[in-house]
Amino acid sequence: MATMKLRARLKNGITEVKALIIHPMETGRRLDDAGNTVPAHFIQQITLARNGQTVLEAQWGTGISKDPYLTFRLRDGAAGDRIELRWVDNLGATDTIESAVEAG
Amino acid sequence: MNRRDMLKAVLALLVLAPLQALAAWNRKAFEAEQAEGALQGLGVESEQVSEQIEIIAPQFAENGAVIQIEITSRIPNTESIAIIAEKNPTPLIADFQFTPDAEPFVITRIKMAETADIKVLVKADGRYFSATRHIEVAIGGCG
Repeated sequence: MATMKLRARLKNGITEVKALIIHPMETGRRLDDAGNTVPAHFIQQITLARNGQTVLEAQWGTGISKDPYLTFRLRDGAAGDRIELRWVDNLGATDTIESAVEAG
Repeated sequence: MNRRDMLKAVLALLVLAPLQALAAWNRKAFEAEQAEGALQGLGVESEQVSEQIEIIAPQFAENGAVIQIEITSRIPNTESIAIIAEKNPTPLIADFQFTPDAEPFVITRIKMAETADIKVLVKADGRYFSATRHIEVAIGGCG
């Protein structure tokens, strides 16, 4: 199941990375239609790597919106660089997506 | 150790190794219910207001469940950018850690429970800098 879309483009010496992750990002406070609390289910960590080297990491709480959207900018880069985004959620689930940098 | 146990141990190592490469999730900071507790969890003892932090976000948000925010730090040697929504049930939203290969910049979308200040905290050369932005929220989105 594709849980992510990732696109990276080289523009004026900057590699711009845009990502959309499909994830419920449940806070653990929401009630469902039957009035039951929906358990917390949210991404806690993400890692972005370029050609196998980590360029940034993040830790998240429950305050990132459902289906997280991200834009990052990496210094330099070249068309064909491998960009990889990985996430891990509070239930231990994880997914990784890889994409090659496109020329601007 | 028999062969099966050995195999299990090896598999466990293979599965755990990449996870351990990540720093442990900062439970203390992310589960804090007040902004002050989140700052303590992040290790912030004092901060200096800076105009070198740019926050682009709507002044008025119809839907608190999805508010796009763009943050740029122009402070040299920025190591991290944290986002705190002061009136959310757990105020710390995110903590982004940048290597020198990444610009200290991020666009993301956040939830806000109600009208409040968003505080952006930048760590650079081991010191903390901050900027705040007031966002009016029509319908809270922290459900």
